[in-house]
Amino acid sequence: MLKDEDRIFRNLYGYEDPGLKGAKKRGAWDGTRKFLQKGRDWVIDEIKSSGLRGRGGAGFPTGLKWSFMPKIPDGRPHYLVVNADESEPGTCKDREIMRHDPHLLIEGCLIAGFAMGANTGYIYIRGEFIRERERLQAAIDEAYDAKLIGKNNKHDWDFDLYLHHGAGAYICGEETALLESLEGKKGQPRLKPPFPANVGLYGAPTTVNNVETIAVVPDILRRGASWFAGLGRPNNTGTKLFSISGHVNRPCNVEEEMGIPLKELLDRHAGGVRGGWDNLLTVIPGGSSVRCLPSDMCQNLYMDFDTLSALKSGLGTAAVIVMDKSTDIIRAIARLAYFYKHESCGQCTPCREGTGWMYRVLDRMARGEAHKREIDMLLEVTYQVEGHTICALGDAAAWPVQGLITHFRHVIEERIDQYSANSKPEGAVREPAAAE
Amino acid sequence: MPKIIIDGAEFEVADGITLIQACEEAGVEIPRFCYHERLSIAGNCRMCLVEVAGMPKPVASCALGVNDLRPGPNGEPPQIITKSETVRRAREGVMEFLLINHPLDCPICDQGGECDLQDQAMVYGVDGSRFAENKRAVEDKYIGPLIKTIMTRCIHCTRCVRFMAEVAGVDELGMTGRGEDVEITTYLERGMMSELSGNVIDLCPVGALTAKPYAFAARPWELRKTESIDVMDAMGCNIRIDTRGREVMRILPRNHDDINEEWISDKTRFIWDGLRTQRLDQPYIRKSGKLRPATWDEAFAAIANKMKRAKGSRIAAIAGDLAGAEEMFALKGLMTQLGSPNIDCRQDGSAINASKGRGAYLFNSRLAGIDEADALLLIGCNPRTEAAVLNARIRVRWRTGALKVGVIGQEADLTYDYEYIGAGPLSLAEVANARHRFAKVLKSAKRPMLILGSAALARRDSGAVMTLAAKLAAGTGMVSDEWNGFNVLHHAASRVAGLDIGFLPAKGGLNTTRILKAAKAGKLDVVYLLGADEIDMESLGRTFVIYQGSHGDAGAHRADVILPGAAYTEKSALYVNTEGRPQITERAVFPPGDAREDWTILRALSAILGQPLPYDSLAGIRSAIYVTHPHLTQIDEVMSGARLDLNKLARGSTRIGKQPFSPAVDDFYLSNPIARASAVMGELSALMANGATGATGTDG
Repeated sequence: MLKDEDRIFRNLYGYEDPGLKGAKKRGAWDGTRKFLQKGRDWVIDEIKSSGLRGRGGAGFPTGLKWSFMPKIPDGRPHYLVVNADESEPGTCKDREIMRHDPHLLIEGCLIAGFAMGANTGYIYIRGEFIRERERLQAAIDEAYDAKLIGKNNKHDWDFDLYLHHGAGAYICGEETALLESLEGKKGQPRLKPPFPANVGLYGAPTTVNNVETIAVVPDILRRGASWFAGLGRPNNTGTKLFSISGHVNRPCNVEEEMGIPLKELLDRHAGGVRGGWDNLLTVIPGGSSVRCLPSDMCQNLYMDFDTLSALKSGLGTAAVIVMDKSTDIIRAIARLAYFYKHESCGQCTPCREGTGWMYRVLDRMARGEAHKREIDMLLEVTYQVEGHTICALGDAAAWPVQGLITHFRHVIEERIDQYSANSKPEGAVREPAAAE
Repeated sequence: MPKIIIDGAEFEVADGITLIQACEEAGVEIPRFCYHERLSIAGNCRMCLVEVAGMPKPVASCALGVNDLRPGPNGEPPQIITKSETVRRAREGVMEFLLINHPLDCPICDQGGECDLQDQAMVYGVDGSRFAENKRAVEDKYIGPLIKTIMTRCIHCTRCVRFMAEVAGVDELGMTGRGEDVEITTYLERGMMSELSGNVIDLCPVGALTAKPYAFAARPWELRKTESIDVMDAMGCNIRIDTRGREVMRILPRNHDDINEEWISDKTRFIWDGLRTQRLDQPYIRKSGKLRPATWDEAFAAIANKMKRAKGSRIAAIAGDLAGAEEMFALKGLMTQLGSPNIDCRQDGSAINASKGRGAYLFNSRLAGIDEADALLLIGCNPRTEAAVLNARIRVRWRTGALKVGVIGQEADLTYDYEYIGAGPLSLAEVANARHRFAKVLKSAKRPMLILGSAALARRDSGAVMTLAAKLAAGTGMVSDEWNGFNVLHHAASRVAGLDIGFLPAKGGLNTTRILKAAKAGKLDVVYLLGADEIDMESLGRTFVIYQGSHGDAGAHRADVILPGAAYTEKSALYVNTEGRPQITERAVFPPGDAREDWTILRALSAILGQPLPYDSLAGIRSAIYVTHPHLTQIDEVMSGARLDLNKLARGSTRIGKQPFSPAVDDFYLSNPIARASAVMGELSALMANGATGATGTDG
């Protein structure tokens, strides 16, 4: 369990002053100038050796990502873009950072901007986050007034930070769609390559990072890479914000060591599963986009990137969605499928057509109004979507369905049997011939 | 030159191309819907997925460059697999997704038989559907009188959106909504206001956008295809005329990289209904003020009666904009034999002539030269109406950021940004005398060019305009050994051939303006109009007028004798485009009724007049033309080194008028007799005049 002194986000629950004064008391903006004086390479090396992996879901090593930015500028400006379009169902960690500890983010932006040679940073905040936007903007203004950022600031690195709010589209959390949206275009993902590090915002080298990734950077530098690397498990280091929701006694956001066993995480911080551990049906460990894990796989589950991906699930945003045995799991996944159908941008074929198809089949399955052979067909459709799309939304839409069929096929089959047995004239199962 | 392995065979491919192009070079066919080589890459249909060794997922071959590939672990060339099970399954998956919401209405779809989706479903489709849900239906949109929409069929490839935004330069088409609810539409279902909009019909890989005038008219397999040349402007766009029986059913573009690439204007495409109406299908003679049907013999006799009594100097002939070289050559021969020097192919009164060398009246940079130009000055022309496809080429070049455009003349919406210099010759003089900053832009450019509109040369001060343009070209170094940036843009399809074969006043002869003046004053006995309709018919006074042409337009209304001729789709005729490129139209259908190919009419008349022309076959007249004008034998070739002496040109008068330049075409859609006979063109013209607001979705 994470010791109190190892916490990075000390005002996660907003009990203290989120403003500059409070933040400084908690250690923010301390020694920032010193870090910048040590140079760009030092910062990147420090982040590399801390083992920090991106907190937005994919878990790509942050130091490595920063090192992709061109070392020698070619005349184009460099940009840092912070992805604050937190829309993944179940995830609510970034909003707490922006509400209660915004200065960590702003300080992180300055350091990250310096490390990648960017004098301009953009924070793209989710459209629905109104209060968060106000808080964050207030903090940015404070930082400008205190000459912490901006032109000719105390840190000798000119850095302008702009807060831009989106219009509430999930797809704009995909980094290239975010860039398109930031440029004022329709938020549709771009083709890659070229990657943003070469051709990003306005055609200039750009790095897009998650809020949490950037916000932990100052503390890594302050306390040392080895401190951060000493927490967690090998290759999955540091602390992580977990958003625990669903059928637990006390849903919460909590900062914990990476790799904490699931059971410990739930029992210690969320008051345990509703009705006891044995009442657990399944857990979606990383936001809605990963495959769910049935309770038998959750017994000794380390909550980190590598363990979960070995189980074909993922840590994602570490939004732990807990479902107890009262859950209608088919209905639950059908609801997620509806979400992806609704949020698909419509640009490329498999996702545009596949998400609607998956949702409609699942919707019938939730009622039992389906054929058992359609289960395999549905699984095949998910494979037809997965990996064939421009961005990862196709994968994200396919995985929950795959998780459902892999682990809960028996539930679907039972539902179908039940429906067939109880069919009424107005709700009869269609004849196989009619469905052909 | 990167090396890659495609399906086991090693190829060396050009730098910077994409995988789909590399595969094409290697002869491996990749299915595609959204990819189009003349449009930007969208990568959204996902049909062109291939496997690349070392990559975890299949990749869209249209979007990945060969230079983005990494060599294998031992330095071997990157390997692309297009025929594996993974690839086949991926494509079948995409095809299934495209088909689940695509209606099964092929039997009533106009795209049937030439539908990409249909064709590729033959290879990648499966025989049954697993889709048990309701299909999506999308409401049809009104996007103008030319394009019929059946939006349920749309597969959202966005080719049309990209074409309109990138090539046509009209940001009117777009994709709204998201997910499976995305729809292609115009803003508030306004009609698309572009003279190139018809090209989206060809681009649409399915039957979502089809030709409204051609709706349910024919099936592609019942049509006879004739490769021919367009005469709506002087570009000589390559077209394919599709006919059934005696009727032209539709006109499509043919690819010609140096002329029209694969675009044609809406006028070229939808002119065909004009070929059916207002046709002259038999001779007419005016008797007591009224035109009455006659036989060929009667018509010829009436002409002979007048002509034989007239002195050569009291006879004149004017050739119109659509005349082919053969009939002009025959008419010139006949007039010469009759002793008349009064012939002119410039019915707009242009002063351009052949005396200063061929280079002084050609588009010397060639149309494809625009792709290299970095500075362009338009003088008294609006390419959007005078040569719409050329305008798109200018726009595409401008979009790369490498071309700066300046305009002297009408300040029109050309679909690209330009520096507006002024309205008239005074501004031209300013640039020519290097007193305007655009002169510097031209001077510092590597490949500067100017385009002189044909209307700028049909003014009283046209000599001075030509002089100033030549001076400007010389002063800014537009002409060198490897680049010639001095261009004249003609609008009349017949003009360059007319100038080439010398359908111009002979020594002491009258030009168009003087012919009209003389006719009005009663100094002419006979005027022969060869398809000339754009002159002031009032000026012809009481002169005996013979009109030979295809359509009952202004000329026919004034005529005393009408000789029915053939339209450009009904004869094999030689046209020389504004670059000086000879091309030959082919006969797709026969002329209606008693109408005849134009040169044969003149040959027959010459015999009646006792002055038989020395050829009696198409081959015969062609060889006669070739003997005197050997450069016309080089079909589809532009003779290089057209004589252009700028210094000599620049020595003329510089007395300019104050009148601003006016464009050669007032109404793009009604610029010739065929267009004026077309109901579709009339509708478009009216729509343009009403600023596109004339029709709304509820009207459609």
